[in-house]
Amino acid sequence: MRAPLSWIRDYVDLPADLTADELAHRLTMLGLKLEALERPGHDMTGPLVLGRVLEFVEEPQSNGKTIRWCQVDVADANGTGEPQGIVCGALNFAVGDLVVVILPGGVLPGGFEISARKTYGHVSAGMICSARELELGEDHDGIMVLPPDAGEPGDDAFGVLPLRDEVIEFEINPDRAYALSLRGVAREAALEYAVHGDGATYHDPADRPVPEPNAEGYPVVVDDLEGCPVFVARRVTGLDPQAPTPLWMARRIQLAGMRPISLAVDITNYVMLEMGHPIHGYDAARLAGPIRVRRATEGEHLTTLDDADRVLSAEDLVVCDDSGPIGLGGVMGGATTEMSETTTDVLVEVASWDPVSMFRTGRRHKLTSEAGKRNERGVDPTIPEAAADRVVELLVAHGGGIAHPGVTKVGRAPAPRTITIDVDLPARISGIEIAAETTVSSLEAVGCEVAVEGDRLTATVPPWRTDLTDPYDLVEEVVRIVGYDRVPSVLPPAPAGRGLTRDQRLRRRVGRTLAGAGYVEVLSFPFVGVDDLDRLGLDAADERRTVLTLANPLSSEQPSMTTTLLPGLLETAARNAGRGQADVALFETATVTLPHEAGPAPILPVDRRPSEGEFADLDKALPAQPLHLGLVVAGERERSGWWGPGRAAGWQDAVGAVREVARALGVEVEVRAVTRAPWHPGRCAEVRAGDVLLGHAGELHPKVCRAYGVPARTAAAEVDLDALLRLAVDVTPAPSFSSYPVAREDVALVVASTVTAAEVEQALRDGAGDLLESVRLFDVYEGDQAGEGRKSLAFRLRFRAPDRTLTVEETSAARDAAVAVAAERCGAVQRA
Amino acid sequence: MSGPNSDYDPVEVTPLKAEEVEAMREAALAAIAAAADLDQLKEVRLAHAGDRSPLALANREIGALPPQARKEAGQRVGQARGAVNQALAARTEVLEAEHEERMLVEETVDVTLPVDRLPRGSRHPITTGSELIADVFVAMGWEVAEGPVVEAEWLNFDALNLGADHPARTMQDTFWTEPADHHVVLRTHTSPVQARTMLTRTPPIYVVCPGRVFRTDEYDATHSPMFHQVEGLVVDEGITMAHLKGSLDHFATAMFGEGIDTRFRPSYFPFTEPSAEVDLRCFVCRGVAGEVETCRTCRGEGWIEWGGCGVVNPRVLTACGIDPERYTGFAFGMGIDRTLMFRHGITDLRDIFEGDVRFAAAFGTEI
Repeated sequence: MRAPLSWIRDYVDLPADLTADELAHRLTMLGLKLEALERPGHDMTGPLVLGRVLEFVEEPQSNGKTIRWCQVDVADANGTGEPQGIVCGALNFAVGDLVVVILPGGVLPGGFEISARKTYGHVSAGMICSARELELGEDHDGIMVLPPDAGEPGDDAFGVLPLRDEVIEFEINPDRAYALSLRGVAREAALEYAVHGDGATYHDPADRPVPEPNAEGYPVVVDDLEGCPVFVARRVTGLDPQAPTPLWMARRIQLAGMRPISLAVDITNYVMLEMGHPIHGYDAARLAGPIRVRRATEGEHLTTLDDADRVLSAEDLVVCDDSGPIGLGGVMGGATTEMSETTTDVLVEVASWDPVSMFRTGRRHKLTSEAGKRNERGVDPTIPEAAADRVVELLVAHGGGIAHPGVTKVGRAPAPRTITIDVDLPARISGIEIAAETTVSSLEAVGCEVAVEGDRLTATVPPWRTDLTDPYDLVEEVVRIVGYDRVPSVLPPAPAGRGLTRDQRLRRRVGRTLAGAGYVEVLSFPFVGVDDLDRLGLDAADERRTVLTLANPLSSEQPSMTTTLLPGLLETAARNAGRGQADVALFETATVTLPHEAGPAPILPVDRRPSEGEFADLDKALPAQPLHLGLVVAGERERSGWWGPGRAAGWQDAVGAVREVARALGVEVEVRAVTRAPWHPGRCAEVRAGDVLLGHAGELHPKVCRAYGVPARTAAAEVDLDALLRLAVDVTPAPSFSSYPVAREDVALVVASTVTAAEVEQALRDGAGDLLESVRLFDVYEGDQAGEGRKSLAFRLRFRAPDRTLTVEETSAARDAAVAVAAERCGAVQRA
Repeated sequence: MSGPNSDYDPVEVTPLKAEEVEAMREAALAAIAAAADLDQLKEVRLAHAGDRSPLALANREIGALPPQARKEAGQRVGQARGAVNQALAARTEVLEAEHEERMLVEETVDVTLPVDRLPRGSRHPITTGSELIADVFVAMGWEVAEGPVVEAEWLNFDALNLGADHPARTMQDTFWTEPADHHVVLRTHTSPVQARTMLTRTPPIYVVCPGRVFRTDEYDATHSPMFHQVEGLVVDEGITMAHLKGSLDHFATAMFGEGIDTRFRPSYFPFTEPSAEVDLRCFVCRGVAGEVETCRTCRGEGWIEWGGCGVVNPRVLTACGIDPERYTGFAFGMGIDRTLMFRHGITDLRDIFEGDVRFAAAFGTEI
């Protein structure tokens, strides 16, 4: 809501020296938040005066343009009293017209300094201004010609024209619909000065005598009094369709952020801004028979003012005449009865509408209008007659019309609402000491009538406060008037807490582990599209293609919630590579969305707690959202440098990182080779803990690297972190270890290339017996000496007994037993 | 090798003459002193203290002396050998020290060589910032509550007094999922976690809920379809706005330093009544006259808009099964991204989401 300060002052006697800054700040602290403060016209300086065109000569120019060399009477404003010679490019004025002249030394908006200058063979000493140059409107077709009675030549234009003002733009919250009007803003200003200042008299623009409804009014029938509880109609005939909108009114409409259009339209908008009540004007000559307000018939058509053909729903409220719907009640009028430049007979409609219906209709037809915005938030139902009367007054005064004696009123405003609260409720909720008298006077200040009975009070809510419905609403009113700045600062007495949950602690551990291992955490948007999944090389049946899709995605290319963290990580890796950072190790922990067949989530009642079953139904409707860990490692994992060459990232980094995380959580994992997109078919490990599949890691398929634009041999992993966290060891048992000497045995085993290191290692472990302390693979050899299709795996076995020093015989026997099992299970042959 | 010779006259055994032993000793000591390095000393040791050295040979002869001569000869040779060994030990020590000294000089390296073989990892400031915030509240005895991102419409809106026809629904531009009649949304705030908490616990409730939220905002320097919020919820007997103010002041101080408190302005949220905007005292100029006017952080306001808060609307308590006659509560919420943006001077929101490694790396593993 944009409120010119001059307009606010019409309704409240604010101190003369009050600045807009000060008022805006005070109202912000009262709940009308300052959004912006503008000072139109304040960057314009004179001499800016009225002038009368005494004569002019039209001079065609070689560029095809015609200019007028004018002599303009500006009286003594130029210091000489002689006519001022000015070149003007506009042709829309006549000798004798009153115009606005800026003389040399003046400055127009935007720092445009005026000086006498030579142009088109004359010395032009100033400029005749257009409305746009003065920021009084958009009109730049010609210069501004003022009404003959606007003033005298030489008059200071700042005193004649509404050039300067201060406009406070407020952000109005949905509950303060009454402040979408000057009436409401001024009321708040008056309230502020009544409470925190010396008081300021408020003049309610809606408080005016109005004629009684009578039988001569335009016939109106309202079928749905719930949808339209009040309908007031007045009529003005004999309007001059050419009558211009007075400059002051156009200026105010413009400053309030709307566009002046024509007198009749401007007046309805002006009164809406003034009182906050939307108004519709019909060209009465185009109405066919009586007006009827009803719900639309499903599928009915209406062409609205914006020339859109709308198919109506049975929930829409429509205003009809004998021709059918002529307006979407309270939201937008229809094209057939629209006021135009030939309208001489206007029917003014001011009606109260059901806010819920307004909201739904607005949303259904995607229509936002100044009227709809107010109607869906709730307007004062007691002022339609006043608003209609004000429109009639202005049409008569500025349009030369005649007020028709007929006054139509159907329905009536609902009885005022009452709310009863404990007198001390505001104090109890706010924590501020508030005396009972203060509570009462605060509520009275916002317009309530208050009756106190014992320790209870009953407030009768003023009709413009449609937002006040609950006891706590009254608390807010009292507290904002007492002052939010008076709320003391007290720490609440929380009971002893249990700290972070197990999962919360473990997730921190995962992040720290990976950061410690050189991985950088990133965040990605969870949106994904078919193309992203195609680039991963997922086949048609891959479960990761079953996505939850958004009804209103920001991008049609990524309309769904992702099932895997890899697309986001790969995009990020590619973005880094594009910025000269190809060597990256990235990780992300985030939930993925795995939809399953589910019914709708119920919309439950809100006047009670849902039952356990109902609550469970909400969760059942939601997709599974497990927390995943994804990581991508590309380029050089270890840098090259003065110490020697670097090491390229590979499958082992991805697998190693997953193992590292598992180790940090105390989870024993096994890996085995599998084939799965988007990984290299021969370099993908499945990571499990017993029966639980945790995820996959390895080098990416070359096609995937190319598709995502990441370096060749980029490796990646994705793990179900929730599953991993479930397995994490809560309390680590302390190890027991022997202090007797260790015995080492190295064995080199030749096996077929297809046999995995893990299999051989497991065989050694199983065969070595209790004396085995550890097994570590320290070399892999695939060459001539191993033989075709074979490889040599060198393991170091460490043996130790808890109670004695092992003998050479014991150690050898254990080693031989280990090798024997490896030979039996894996066909391993010990190299000499 | 000779055995003992009892007929021998000691005075006639040439090598055991005093002056000869003396000469051997002098020769040994001179050689020791002359040894320039450990290698030379090794040779000297062999020559003058080894098994074949003159003194060793002399020592061997002692047994062949007549008993009356043995004592004196033994003493003489023993003293000489002792002196030589001492000299050797002393010289060894000196030469070893010299050697080490030299080695240390030779082993000098350029310690300014870069040692960045393994790149450094880091956690995202949103993660560590969320943890920092959580820790502030956990230290007060609160707990950290969480909930799903894809959420039921009823929990995201209706339970929070945001019915389908509430004009405030349009304040939060919502991502809806298909099919639309399934009433499932991407949560627009972390408030459904509050609803879930109230539905699954009994008061006293003291929780903070950090998490990702979604709105259909086009992505630019100050807007993102995904961002992060932290909300707090307290439901207990006798809770007032003063407790809300106290908690937020404490939070502000913990995040921005001593003397940084908050200010309330009346506002509107369907889930709270009374509602307030919470402003943070500018942590740069602190609103001090003379500095505030030119402060870029708060643009001369002295205060920075931080978030929203209020007393939990009794309608919300009712929908979540908490008796509004017995309990009151407060709630607040603010953007984590926004909080970190001004705490750390992040000027472009996109830096948080684009994953440029230089961004997170700057923050390291803690914030």
